[in-house]
Amino acid sequence: MTEATAGLVVIGGSHAGHQIAIAARNAGYEKPVTILSDEDTAPYQRPPLSKAYLLGKVDAEALLFRPVAYYEGQGIDLRLGAPAISIDRPGKTVTTAAGEAIPYEKLALATGARVREIPIPGADLPGVHYIRTLADIDGVAAELDRVETVLVVGGGFIGLEAAAALRVLGKKVLVVEALDRLMARGVGQTISDYFADYHRAQGVDLRLSTGVQALTGGERLSGARLGDGSEVQAELAIIGIGVLPNEELASAAGLDCDNGVLVDQFGTTSDPDIFAAGDCTRFVHPFTGEPVRLESVQNASDQARTVGAAIAGKPSAYDAAPWFWSDQFDLKLQMVGLTQGHDREVLIGSQAENAFSVFYFGGETWLGADSVNRAGDHMAARRLYQQRYPLTEAELRENADNLKGLVKALRKG
Amino acid sequence: MPKIIFNHPDGTSETVEAKAGTSVMLAALTSGVDGIEAECGGSCMCATCHVYIDEAWLDRLPKVQILEDEMLDDTAAERASNSRLSCQIEMTEDLDGLIVTLPDMQI
Ligand SMILES: Cc1cc2nc3c(=O)[nH]c(=O)nc-3n(C[C@H](O)[C@H](O)[C@H](O)COP(=O)(O)OP(=O)(O)OC[C@H]3O[C@@H](n4cnc5c(N)ncnc54)[C@H](O)[C@@H]3O)c2cc1C
Ligand code: FES
Repeated sequence: MTEATAGLVVIGGSHAGHQIAIAARNAGYEKPVTILSDEDTAPYQRPPLSKAYLLGKVDAEALLFRPVAYYEGQGIDLRLGAPAISIDRPGKTVTTAAGEAIPYEKLALATGARVREIPIPGADLPGVHYIRTLADIDGVAAELDRVETVLVVGGGFIGLEAAAALRVLGKKVLVVEALDRLMARGVGQTISDYFADYHRAQGVDLRLSTGVQALTGGERLSGARLGDGSEVQAELAIIGIGVLPNEELASAAGLDCDNGVLVDQFGTTSDPDIFAAGDCTRFVHPFTGEPVRLESVQNASDQARTVGAAIAGKPSAYDAAPWFWSDQFDLKLQMVGLTQGHDREVLIGSQAENAFSVFYFGGETWLGADSVNRAGDHMAARRLYQQRYPLTEAELRENADNLKGLVKALRKG
Repeated sequence: MPKIIFNHPDGTSETVEAKAGTSVMLAALTSGVDGIEAECGGSCMCATCHVYIDEAWLDRLPKVQILEDEMLDDTAAERASNSRLSCQIEMTEDLDGLIVTLPDMQI
């Protein structure tokens, strides 16, 4: 048996994983810290993959959160290409694919999510891509030179960002979305409609309420058969139909999971020595009281800091307002709150000027806001939301041109 | 390559070389300068890349845009007249020798 001191082992080295390790160190954790990552690249940012990186505006080095030497300097043993394959809770060890059993005192799961694969014929043809990792997007980029027509399956954030970037790069882009509107899980009707119009105005062929029956081709992808039976051309396809939480390791170890590893407000799982953060978790959200699984940088970072602090013996409950963003063409969409289940949308600003916000209400309760090129609204909404300010529709309309004023009043009061 | 001098709140300082065209934020991160979080990776969404610019350099920087201005209202350390978000400052040869001070907190 190894005599190594048992410290913190983090499984997964992305937004949440690297942040847990750093946060634990920052909060004073002194025992060994090991990150096991199954990727070959040091922890890097995912959001630019479908945005600036796809557009060629930033290189791979610029995606890294920190240079590799930083982890060494912090006494963090960053192991790349080192998947964890099982957790032995009674023995308190994690076994890697290489067969090493690493002892832990505290374990943190930051295994994130993986893409949902599309279960249709032709899905494994060369030319069919998903976007989750750097390797994925490099695979797309490597083919772009000889590709003119692109099919994007799924009108969610990532699919639309990729569609926008590929359009800017001069490709002919077709987006199909099975639902009758875009980004339906994240935004309301007004924003969906606005983005649909915008994409079309930029030359994207967008088909709503349309599925894909099959991806077709010989040696590689050359087209697709859509839900209505029509055939379209496509030399490259990007599938963006959502992700699934990587919870198998946790559930095999007997931890409570239900569409995500279940954690409390400190990021603790059903085992008090095992924590989890980021896309792999599901938890009761402090702002809604409802269980959610969030897929965002905000949640991955904030939850990771919560977990790092708890592991270092300085627990403080997670209480962060959810926010998210998406860049498509020259539109910056900024979101705050959890707005699903709203029954009313209130628009301020001007759609004609491409600068507006939509505030969502469910009954009398303000649920959040989405802003397009209105950073001021977004930041004001974020502060009001974080303070749990009970914004009313009347107050919103009255202060539509000066939401900041409300924030200032709140700060004074 | 243009140099940037980072002053830490504890009085120490580091000089790093930045590729022209990269942001001050990225130059700090890729050189392992501590004190910048940059949670959103330079999307001007998080205000955790806040820095104070040496007064002598302030006017030589590109102007603060609306988005940055809004975010600067949300920094963890107090905003001052020389506050900037380091992800929004692109390094050029002209900025060789830029002096920035890191705040004592970003979160
Ligand atoms: C293209 C793209 C664009 C995005 N844009 C935005 C955006 O604009 N704004 C935003 O807020 N969010 C965005 N997101 C979402 C955001 O990137 C995720 O919420 C975030 O990456 C979650 O971080 P995480 O660490 O929890 O999980 P992940 O990033 O999924 O990382 C989990 C890591 O753990 C590894 N792993 C899994 N199992 C094991 C194992 N057994 N052993 C070792 N390692 C393992 C995985 O390989 C992976 O590297 C985007 C995501 C993508 C893919
Ligand atoms: S890195 Fe997030 S605002 Fe600069």
